[in-house]
Amino acid sequence: MSEFDQLYREVILDHYKNPRGHGLIEDPDAQAEGQNPLCGDEVSIYVAFEEDGDTIEEVKFSGRGCAISQAATSMLTEMVKGRSATQVATLPRDELLDEIGIPLTPVRLKCALLGLSTLKLALHKAKGTPLPDEWSGMADELDLK
Amino acid sequence: MGGVAVTTQAKLDAAKLRADFPIFEQQIHGKPLAYLDSAVSTHKPRQVLDKLRDFYETSYANVHRGVYTLSERSTAEYEGAREKVARFVNAPSPREVVFVRGATEGLNLVAYAWGLVNLGPGDLVVVTELEHHSNFVPWQYIAKRTGAELRMIPLDDAGELDLGELDSIAGDGNVKVVANNLVSNALGTINPIERLSAWAHERGALMVVDGAQAAPHRAIDVQALGCDFFAFSAHKMCGPTSVGALWGRRELLQSMEPFNLGGHMIRKVTFEETTWGEVPAKFEAGTQPIAEAVGFGAAVDYLNEIGMPAIEQHEHELAAYALGRMAEVPGITLYGPPADRRAGIVSFNLDGIHPHDVAQILDMDGVAIRAGHHCCQPLMAKLGVAATNRASFYLYTIPEEIDRLVAGLHKARKVLG
Repeated sequence: MSEFDQLYREVILDHYKNPRGHGLIEDPDAQAEGQNPLCGDEVSIYVAFEEDGDTIEEVKFSGRGCAISQAATSMLTEMVKGRSATQVATLPRDELLDEIGIPLTPVRLKCALLGLSTLKLALHKAKGTPLPDEWSGMADELDLK
Repeated sequence: MGGVAVTTQAKLDAAKLRADFPIFEQQIHGKPLAYLDSAVSTHKPRQVLDKLRDFYETSYANVHRGVYTLSERSTAEYEGAREKVARFVNAPSPREVVFVRGATEGLNLVAYAWGLVNLGPGDLVVVTELEHHSNFVPWQYIAKRTGAELRMIPLDDAGELDLGELDSIAGDGNVKVVANNLVSNALGTINPIERLSAWAHERGALMVVDGAQAAPHRAIDVQALGCDFFAFSAHKMCGPTSVGALWGRRELLQSMEPFNLGGHMIRKVTFEETTWGEVPAKFEAGTQPIAEAVGFGAAVDYLNEIGMPAIEQHEHELAAYALGRMAEVPGITLYGPPADRRAGIVSFNLDGIHPHDVAQILDMDGVAIRAGHHCCQPLMAKLGVAATNRASFYLYTIPEEIDRLVAGLHKARKVLG
């Protein structure tokens, strides 16, 4: 497979063109927005918990940006639905990167992690816990709030 | 390609000049490198690289320091480069040329050393919506610190300055300084500096020109431009990084406070006080980028040998060719003025496709373009976009590379559209 085919492989393009979980949740239990000021990628994430207040019942996102940022966020919504918020808040980034499964340069890595960083911030805000140290640098660079 | 102005200038032979640039001897992703990002920085010809090596190997020492032969030789090379750079912009004297780290440092020097002392409440600092951050952020910052107001000359829909707004701006206060680029790095627009200089001087204001994108593109005559300061960078004109020049009117440079303080810039230092050296030493504290300045001189020699009018014509022809070919791509938006009023810079967007993806797809085919805000976030806001793609050309760019760019744009549409 050529590098080109790897980078824009079918599954990435499919998620980019037909994003899963695109939309809004009214009165979400957790919410955050993030943007990459370097390229203008934007993502807003909304989460609804089940009655236990921890299981992710629904997760939606809105935003615009490059194929990598939008496809990665779409893949993320499929990945975390039904999982515990506490667990997702500490989800290692490699779990998402393995799912994306393409080689990423440092610049594009930020695109790929925009959605996950934003989701983590949303969950930590909802739980009243601080974003772990290893993500706080990313939070500054990506202008998360 | 048709419609290109025929002149009597000797045309440059880009295909032949490429042989001077070792960078083109490699392949990127198995394809020849099509480097279409010269507006951010140009590549370096062997003539400049050889000069750097030769200087370090035969003539290097610190300048203005030793009485020994090598120091004298080094000083002569360094000051010789200053003379070349001064002639390159038709400065009245090499003593009015200060070596700086680049255009950014030159513009900061003016903003701090002149602006902090001379600006205050009721004063206006006039910049444009087209500025690179290097000629925008220092003025915004110094205006805030001094209580002066910042005003912007707006852009029209063609990406050119709307000078009809000047009178209304002048009504807002006391215009003290006007800052503008001669060529826009983002849109390629060539700005009417002569008119702005005259307008500034009618009001007793200074005209500060960011020449970073203009000096590589066409012959510069700071006296004809009528400006008071002109800053430019070597790395955008085939020279080394970390060196540039600030030309300023001698009486202004003489009357200004220093910017950096330390060795070499002094006349006399006592425990009680220090007096400043002559211009330009007053602005060259510490060990300078000596070899880089010498390399800057070699870059000036290289460009002079080709001829700036030939480079300018080549860039206009490439811009015209690119604008024509790129207009064939469905869903493309091209920003900026017509080819005859722009340098070799084309900013564009493909409908619904993020610039990062466009640039990445092009890179797979060895075509290097820029995707981003080009250090012009206020301009991007004005255009209503977060980022654009930008292809930019230089003396080594050949039309085939623009064909490869256009083919890549079609491919990007096919993959992501």
